Amino acid sequence: MTLYEWAETIIIFVVLLAAVKPFGTYMAKVYQGERTFLSPVLLPCEHLLYRLCGVNGEEEMDWKRYAVGLLLFNLLGGAALFAILLLQGVLPLNPQRLPAFSWHLALNTAVSFMTNTNWQNYSGESAASYFTQMFGFAVHNFVSAATGMTVAIALIRGFVRRRTAAVGNFWVDLTRSTLYILLPLSLVFAIFLVSQGVIQNFSAYKTVPLVQETSYDKPKLDDKGNPVKDAKGNPVTEHVKVKEATIPMGPVASQEAIKELGTNGGGFFNANSSHPFENPTPLSNMAEIFLILLISGALTQTFGRMAGNSRQGWALLAVMLAILVFSMGVLYWAETGGNPLVAKLGVHGINMEGKETRFGLAGSSLFTVSTTGTSCGAVNTMHDSLTPLGGMMPLSLILLSEVVFGGVGTGLYTMLAFVVIAVFVAGLMIGRTPEFLGKKIEVREMWMSIVTVLASGILVLIFSGIAMIVPSAVASMNNPGAHGLTEVLYAFASMSNNNGSAFAGLNGNTLFYNLTGAVCMFVGRFAPILASLAMAGSLAEKKYVPPSLGTLPTDKVPFALWLALVILIVGALTFFPALSLGPIVEQLMMAA
Amino acid sequence: MSKHAPEPISIFDPRIMRPALVESFKKLDPRVLWRNPVMFAVEIASAITLVTFALSLAGANREPAWFTGLVSAWLWLTVIFANFSEALAEGRGKARAASLRKTRTDVTAKRLKKPEFGAPFETVPATALRKDDYILVEAHDMIAGDGDVVAGAALVNEAAVTGESAPVVRESGGDRSAVTGGTTVIANSIIVRITANPGETFLDRMISLIEGAKRRKTPNEIALEILLIALTLVFLLVCANVSPLSIYSVKAAGRGTPVSLTVLVALFVCLAPTTIAALLPAIGIAGMDRLFQKNVIALSGRAIEAAGDVNVLLLDKTGTITLGNREAVEFVPVGGHSELELAEAALMASLTDETPEGRSIVVLAKSKYGLQQQLPADVENIPFSADTRLSGLNTGGRQYRKGAADSTVAFVKELGAKAIPSNLANIVDKIARAGATPLVVSCDAGILGVINLKDIIKGGIQERFQQLRSMGIKTVMITGDNPLTAAAIAAEAQVDDFLAQAKPEDKLRLIKENQEAGFMVAMTGDGTNDAPALAQADVAVAMNTGTQPAREAANIIDLDSNPTKLLDIVEVGKQILMTRGNLTTFSISNDVAKYFAIIPAMMLSIYPQLNVLNIMHLATPLSAILSAVIFNAVIIPCLVPLALKGTKFRPMPAEKLLIHNLLIYGVGGMIAPFVGIKAIDMVVGMLIS
Repeated sequence: MTLYEWAETIIIFVVLLAAVKPFGTYMAKVYQGERTFLSPVLLPCEHLLYRLCGVNGEEEMDWKRYAVGLLLFNLLGGAALFAILLLQGVLPLNPQRLPAFSWHLALNTAVSFMTNTNWQNYSGESAASYFTQMFGFAVHNFVSAATGMTVAIALIRGFVRRRTAAVGNFWVDLTRSTLYILLPLSLVFAIFLVSQGVIQNFSAYKTVPLVQETSYDKPKLDDKGNPVKDAKGNPVTEHVKVKEATIPMGPVASQEAIKELGTNGGGFFNANSSHPFENPTPLSNMAEIFLILLISGALTQTFGRMAGNSRQGWALLAVMLAILVFSMGVLYWAETGGNPLVAKLGVHGINMEGKETRFGLAGSSLFTVSTTGTSCGAVNTMHDSLTPLGGMMPLSLILLSEVVFGGVGTGLYTMLAFVVIAVFVAGLMIGRTPEFLGKKIEVREMWMSIVTVLASGILVLIFSGIAMIVPSAVASMNNPGAHGLTEVLYAFASMSNNNGSAFAGLNGNTLFYNLTGAVCMFVGRFAPILASLAMAGSLAEKKYVPPSLGTLPTDKVPFALWLALVILIVGALTFFPALSLGPIVEQLMMAA
Repeated sequence: MSKHAPEPISIFDPRIMRPALVESFKKLDPRVLWRNPVMFAVEIASAITLVTFALSLAGANREPAWFTGLVSAWLWLTVIFANFSEALAEGRGKARAASLRKTRTDVTAKRLKKPEFGAPFETVPATALRKDDYILVEAHDMIAGDGDVVAGAALVNEAAVTGESAPVVRESGGDRSAVTGGTTVIANSIIVRITANPGETFLDRMISLIEGAKRRKTPNEIALEILLIALTLVFLLVCANVSPLSIYSVKAAGRGTPVSLTVLVALFVCLAPTTIAALLPAIGIAGMDRLFQKNVIALSGRAIEAAGDVNVLLLDKTGTITLGNREAVEFVPVGGHSELELAEAALMASLTDETPEGRSIVVLAKSKYGLQQQLPADVENIPFSADTRLSGLNTGGRQYRKGAADSTVAFVKELGAKAIPSNLANIVDKIARAGATPLVVSCDAGILGVINLKDIIKGGIQERFQQLRSMGIKTVMITGDNPLTAAAIAAEAQVDDFLAQAKPEDKLRLIKENQEAGFMVAMTGDGTNDAPALAQADVAVAMNTGTQPAREAANIIDLDSNPTKLLDIVEVGKQILMTRGNLTTFSISNDVAKYFAIIPAMMLSIYPQLNVLNIMHLATPLSAILSAVIFNAVIIPCLVPLALKGTKFRPMPAEKLLIHNLLIYGVGGMIAPFVGIKAIDMVVGMLIS
């Protein structure tokens, strides 16, 4: 790495590590209803909201009521978005007169935004109106992120509380997440991004003459959209001259900050964060990486503070950080090696295909592992163009069930499920019935952790297998062979884990992918949420067992290593065969 | 006394081996095997390979018949090995149960109309007895059922239950009233109130426990099983996923063949956590059996596991920490008397005293001072009474007494003593403060000195407490002594805490307080007044000499009535959990090597490049897959001795223990199959080429 790249990388981590403790503490205070420096402004708003909605802020819920509230809220929100997408043509703020979504694309997209996935089988600038973007997508970007955070907080309460059924009040947690955490930060960072050149307007798209005219051959299509073939069966092409370009506009900045902050990842434009209007400068790139990691990183500290053991929070963060840094190292190294097939053509050097020169290799690598380690899914690099080994890094990070920082809230509760499993086996190995934070891990906790940890992996295995034998699904692949297999694997990994980034190269807007994707995103989101809430309820009712000499310390290096190992082994054992037929064999073939 | 614990029966004993072998095949019955879901899945997998074998024979399968046949055979062996390990563990118990059952042959009982000696009775078979019947048991009769002695006292031989050949006294009232069915009265007659219906007696419960027939899975075992089932399900899906992926890859690469059903099934069985699933039942059964070898009967597996978690251990001082009785260790003269004078007087005062304390005074006086005093002819024995709190004797017109300081002083004052030696109070106080009991000795109206009666701490007990402490277990001594004495003994024995002047309700309160604070509490007890506390404790060990209420309240019964047994119980509890954890880690770590054996082998025809992953350089794809399957099967019987004996327990801090076991079973579990599969492949490769 160059000095510039070292500096860029180190600055991001230093700023992040400096921020997590105070910010995590702030979040803990918010959720525990303590006063913060924003309370004078926001407390009246909070109370007003409760009065308007008829919510009793003092009331505590058991896990079932909490879950019912969460599900109802999300399903109604999803239905509203579905309606907006179907009615887009007649709704306002649509200067481009964009038509309605097809029903299955609308379903896929509604589920996608409801579940914090932001998988996009459409391209933003040519399919979604400003109304859809602002009142559909942006709203979900806030509340789906807040939903994830409420589950994490409820689970923390489960570990901390003793002999009670109450795990908190969903409406209060949801309101506070949005009002005290997501909104203020989005506001500040949106303004910062505008300063870097991110646009914010409601203009119609601009048409500008090209500086240099260009031309290309395009396959001729008949009325039905099928390619026209000549007598010999070869496709007929027509020559197209291009003299001008359309530049899409829109209220981008206001959506950009929450896209990263809430680990949503749905780009305003199809090119996402590699588009100069979404991510114009190296500085904005650093800020976006920081935002992607901020809340998930800080939630470990919120957890540490609420559990009264800040070392425990640091231990979880250390495990996440170690896997993230390792993945970035491998990705960077793989890309530095370049592509031997291209090298044979006389083009040497690192593999820059699909990367933005303004971000460079480090800025691209770090963004890539951050956006896939968390369930963000925004991209500033085309993952499809990475070397096979390099591309395996973002894929693997997703396949680890999104715990390397992970989505806001989801990262923490999935990590805690891994902790429960790791504690269970480690506890047995030292001859004690397992416990974590003074709570005994028993049958129910085991069930719930397993569902949380394995739900997404099971979905990926089932649906990627089906996609390999359904002809219409196979036809969606743009690249044959091992690379095509990787594309499909990536797609289902991304949807099932609610990441939302695409490996590209796969046409996802088909009935098959829209529907299977919707199932993956829905189950991949709500199965772990319900399991985590059930675990919170079961843990809260348990009594506390004080630590003794025989208790395994879970906040020290040996356990942290064991936890990392459990995460990696579960991932590796589940996906080694699939990966060996995808990126691994592709890398071997490329190197041969 | 000759104590014989049940002989450890070797697992290679043909008496156990042969039935276990038969049992392994009987257990193939799906209706039995479904209780172990992982092995049940393996059985289905094995059945599928039988079909593919048949297809191979018919030439309808592209793999050679010898390959599918061998894979099928080894998969069946995997299930049989698993059944065998369980049968072996049960076999030992069954052999013991059989010998216990022999003691219950055709017993008859004399059922009384009224619980009185001399009342009319009828002779009925033991099976006709019901709760609250009264039976008369005379010398040489076998007691027909569990019960309480309501009248009389008798000498009972309980060897059938305890293996203890020396007879014990059983009497009505007090803490020794419980009798067990199957034991024999040697002398005297007693009337027993039956407390258990036939089939529910102690012996019945013991037999079914030992046989493993009534063994229920513990919650912890169920939680582990859930993890194993979940992993099995994932691996099933992994294999289901490989098939379409390989079909696509064949099309994409334009060569090779999709993975066959036989290979998929082989991959599934290799990946599924068969090692731990196969040995899981054996681990629990063997744990109970190990306890039984130490003469401890656990009434539930849960109690043993809970013992592994105990944070607080309540121990009765007497008999546990100290030898049952106090011993005279020193004579301290007062008021100008010599040590010898005192020793003589003390000896005289104790000659007729048959209590262990009295005898220890005689022994000290004779051995240390060479006194030869024999019992004079004209002796009036003055036994200890609660009123006078003195004992001694009158002989030749002299009155020798020994007793508590205040009562002896009162006694000599009554006889007209003018002055009490001035240093007496000082010495008495000093001895008491050191945790010992001062006995003041007088002869007529003169006070000669003080006997220092000391509680003798059992040898090696400090080390055991140290061990417990390093395991994170706090020891609390319970005693009826005053706080001063208790503190001194506690310090000497190095217990962490003590409860002095303890009444039964104090014990119960102490347990509840500790449980409220979240601790797991273990206690030992024998008396009826211990029953409430035993019922409250998480791990309750009752002495077999104890009363029926105490035995019913407990979840573990110690046939030797040795309270330090709790340490062994804790150890076995930890061993069971550790063995489970270690074998789970081992089983899952194994999968890494199995992947490196099978994945390149099954994909080689599609992507020859994947041979890079064949880091073991296994001979051919077929031999690689077969070797992995064979290793997966053979590792089960190899680990049976470990499962039966349990992982060795080392008292060390949790973190060190984790690292230690991770290195052995985690890292070892990754390396072992690389070596094993390579070795098997060398043999297989040679045979098929």
